[in-house]
Amino acid sequence: MDLRRPNRPVIGPKVRQVGFVTPDSAAATSSSSIPAVSAAAATSAGSPPSSLSPVMIPPPRHPSTEMSNPHFHPVGSYNPSEQILGSPPALSPSRSSRFDADGSDFGGDDDESVALSGVGGGMTPKSSLLMRQPVTKTAPLVSETRKRDSNASKGKGEGPSAAPKEKLTKAERRATQEAQRAAKAAAKEAAAAGGAPSVSKQPKPATKPATQQKKDIPSGSGPLQPLAPSGSIEKKQGKKEVAAPHPRMQFDDMTKVGKLKKRAVVNQSEARNRVELFRHLPQYEHGTQLPDLESKFFQLDLIHPSVYQVGLQFLSDKISGGNARCIAMLLAFKEVIQDYTTPPEKTLTRDLGAKVGSCVSFLIECRPLSVSMGNAIRFLKNRISSLPHNLSDKEAKSRLQSDIDRFINEKIIIASKAIVEHGVSKIRDGDVLLTYGSPSVVESIFAYAHGIKKNFRVVVVDSRPKHEGQGLLRRLVERGIHCTYTHLNAVSYVMHEVTRVFLGASSVLSNGTVYSRVGTACVAMVAHAFRVPVLVCCEAYKFHERVQLDSICSNELGDPDAISKVSGRKDLNYLDGWAQNENIQLLNLKYDATPSDYVSVLVTEQGMLPPTSVPVIIREYGIERLWT
Amino acid sequence: MWWRSASFIRDRQNQNPNPKPSSLLHSALDDSPSSPTSTSMAALNPNPNPISAYYQTRAEHHAVVTSDWLAQSADAAAGDVAASSGAASGGSKGEGGGVGVIEEFNYWRKKPDLAEAVAAVMALGAVIRSSEATTMNELDIELKKASNNLKSWDTTSISLSAACDLFIRYVTRTSALEYEDFDAAKRRLIERAEKFGEISLKARKTIAMLSQDFISDGCTILVHGYSRVVLEVLKMAASNKKLFHVLCTEGRPDRTGLRFSKELAALGIPVKLLIDSAVAYAMDEVDMVYVGADGVVESGGIINMMGTYQVALVAHSMNKPVYVAAESYKFARLYPLDQKDLEPALRPIEFGVPIPSGVEVETSARDYTPPQYLTLLFTDLGVLTPSVVSDELIQLYV
Repeated sequence: MDLRRPNRPVIGPKVRQVGFVTPDSAAATSSSSIPAVSAAAATSAGSPPSSLSPVMIPPPRHPSTEMSNPHFHPVGSYNPSEQILGSPPALSPSRSSRFDADGSDFGGDDDESVALSGVGGGMTPKSSLLMRQPVTKTAPLVSETRKRDSNASKGKGEGPSAAPKEKLTKAERRATQEAQRAAKAAAKEAAAAGGAPSVSKQPKPATKPATQQKKDIPSGSGPLQPLAPSGSIEKKQGKKEVAAPHPRMQFDDMTKVGKLKKRAVVNQSEARNRVELFRHLPQYEHGTQLPDLESKFFQLDLIHPSVYQVGLQFLSDKISGGNARCIAMLLAFKEVIQDYTTPPEKTLTRDLGAKVGSCVSFLIECRPLSVSMGNAIRFLKNRISSLPHNLSDKEAKSRLQSDIDRFINEKIIIASKAIVEHGVSKIRDGDVLLTYGSPSVVESIFAYAHGIKKNFRVVVVDSRPKHEGQGLLRRLVERGIHCTYTHLNAVSYVMHEVTRVFLGASSVLSNGTVYSRVGTACVAMVAHAFRVPVLVCCEAYKFHERVQLDSICSNELGDPDAISKVSGRKDLNYLDGWAQNENIQLLNLKYDATPSDYVSVLVTEQGMLPPTSVPVIIREYGIERLWT
Repeated sequence: MWWRSASFIRDRQNQNPNPKPSSLLHSALDDSPSSPTSTSMAALNPNPNPISAYYQTRAEHHAVVTSDWLAQSADAAAGDVAASSGAASGGSKGEGGGVGVIEEFNYWRKKPDLAEAVAAVMALGAVIRSSEATTMNELDIELKKASNNLKSWDTTSISLSAACDLFIRYVTRTSALEYEDFDAAKRRLIERAEKFGEISLKARKTIAMLSQDFISDGCTILVHGYSRVVLEVLKMAASNKKLFHVLCTEGRPDRTGLRFSKELAALGIPVKLLIDSAVAYAMDEVDMVYVGADGVVESGGIINMMGTYQVALVAHSMNKPVYVAAESYKFARLYPLDQKDLEPALRPIEFGVPIPSGVEVETSARDYTPPQYLTLLFTDLGVLTPSVVSDELIQLYV
């Protein structure tokens, strides 16, 4: 294998399997097409058919893969004999039955997620690993690359395309697996010895001795040593990764998921029977982790209680809606800053940033961040890092707190007021306005328009399972607004009488795509077909420079049980016990992407803009430009 | 040019009981399409709606005077002097900075080849120059007042209010306002005002230069409405010895197309006149559509003479490019969502026969063409796609 390796391109042609392939055949193809890459690794990493999606979206190129592949492939770490000797150790999260929360659904946008996983929970999965096991680290990496390779050859791309390799015998495979298991157990022990296992940020010195124990593992460390001879370099490497943009977490990447799980506080359990196309997104069984977390309340000393509270509220859906979540998070951070004291021999700018980061990663574990929250975090980190060094703790803290207040005030509260004023100017007497879900800004537009005696009627379109529209309906009716309530199914029926469609948005991306509650795209498309103008109301702090073409690449999965049960209908029990049936897959998507063609105008605090102008707003008035 | 104003014609009518509008206008422009029957039409076509002053001015420039306007200017002269009618009453109204600006504006406005918006820019420039304010703040207030005066003079004109806003943005968005020395700051403002005026004056030439690349030998161009910018473009193309053919719509109700075709014919450009309803029929042989604009709105769409939307729709469905020639001072911070989402600008329509009683007449003078039907906008800022309009506006305003 050593001999064969170098001839191969380091980054092989991207193999992308498109279309639906049944899990079995996928497994079959994977095992047959890459007989040897490291069948053992493959089995341990993700060969169980259900764990690998046949439709893979090649992950964005990012340093961690690009760095590791070129580094390790030529060195010849793929020696099967080495494998058998029982290297692949500790980290191999192998196939974890439970996935961890991270869900950087949106949280994964570049800098932010760097901040999140990097500064925050310690580091990116990989780097944290590096830190923990400085000496034997090469071995894990080997196995990791191996696994990645196997993944790649299965259809993801990155790695060298599968070339026939000598097959491992069953015994060999078993040996490897056992070795891995042993190593894993050792690692666990080590971790337990080192500190609280559940806490993401482990004290480095404590873990170091533990890792020393495993020095004897032969593994592929030999050939690798020239590359990474000392811990310092490894650390540097880790840092580099921290600094580099982190891709959105792909939850079908077993190694990453496994690593994530290690750091996780919230033990989210993976839901079964996930839909193939959405395997890269985290999906959890809801409702199980709440008591667990509550019991942990007194152990998690690293997480500030207010953050903990907000996290639990996110988890239990007590707080929902982009603005509400963002404000709750910022207020929690304000308390964190209030209670913060700089530890000795540390600087506030760095340590506080890390602290906020760890809070953020906790929040991500509870529920993926929205773009608005990501932007707010980015803003806060920006403010923290741009604090002058000679500032006293007290001054710095009060400055940050007032910054947060200003952000909430100017970017959210005043902005929505400005949007209301702009939006009302488009309501004429006699209009029939349609809205979907329960967007808070739209609600205040209607309320304001009603307050200034405009004569209009509202059609509230709602959908299962959340029925948020009912709350909106109730509040509007209480104000005396004439309303019609209907479900999404009937939207094409009511659309012909509608004169304006007002929609909210979770975020607006720089190609004008509106990312919003699932169903919004449907409403917008129907409105477009009926030539009804669609107004999307969105504060400018929710704009994001990313481009998204569909709602598959990044999205959030809700509780599948929510759509399998119909409240108040005990007789509709056809889906009971669906999780036991492998042939049923339930998909409860939370967001969708509306192409900009269907959006007539974006109503923001900067005025009414065509969706094509989002990049201009981002460029001119982005979060980065705020008060700099 | 003052003799073309409605109030002047009204005065002459009063002196001469048997007027012939065309003869009155003869000295100014000889092609006046307004017929002697127009006075009798006034009785038959009662139009109680206020008439858009913007279109009145334009029609005066084009020597199209309708009886309704005469009647309206008579009302204005007889009634409230502050009414937003025409030249005669303009001078006596307003207070503070208002007096000067309206006079100045009217002075400039009467130059036929000068757009109303440029006249406003010139008038505002004059306000700064003649201001007796001693502090920057005072000057600012005075300027705002003058601009509001101008805007209220005609609320239907998009380019007028857009130009006023842009002028104020452009002129006052400068560090000059922080100067210690008021005189220096004022000088700086005047400088900027003059620059803006100069840019506005030169805009048409710039646009004509920019659009030359788009006119190739042997092409057929469809033109709708009388746009001085488009005329300039075609003029320059003709003087560059380009060979092209122009189809000109009639441009009801004021038959702007007739006048436009006449000017083109005088330049030796082969031109064919179509009735407005023949656009789809003729679109086959057309290579590109050129239109002007009354205003360019934030979506990148345009507001222009009635019929532009349908011309653009037809062109779009036949995959012909639609080019808009518009000066940048017409960029307005408006965002119409549909046709009715505009300040109504009404104009009388003469059908030549009495309108049956109980029949309503749609008198809107303009329509809104959404950006998806436009290919490119030729402006003095460059050749822009419709979406860039908003970018420019954002950079200027927000």
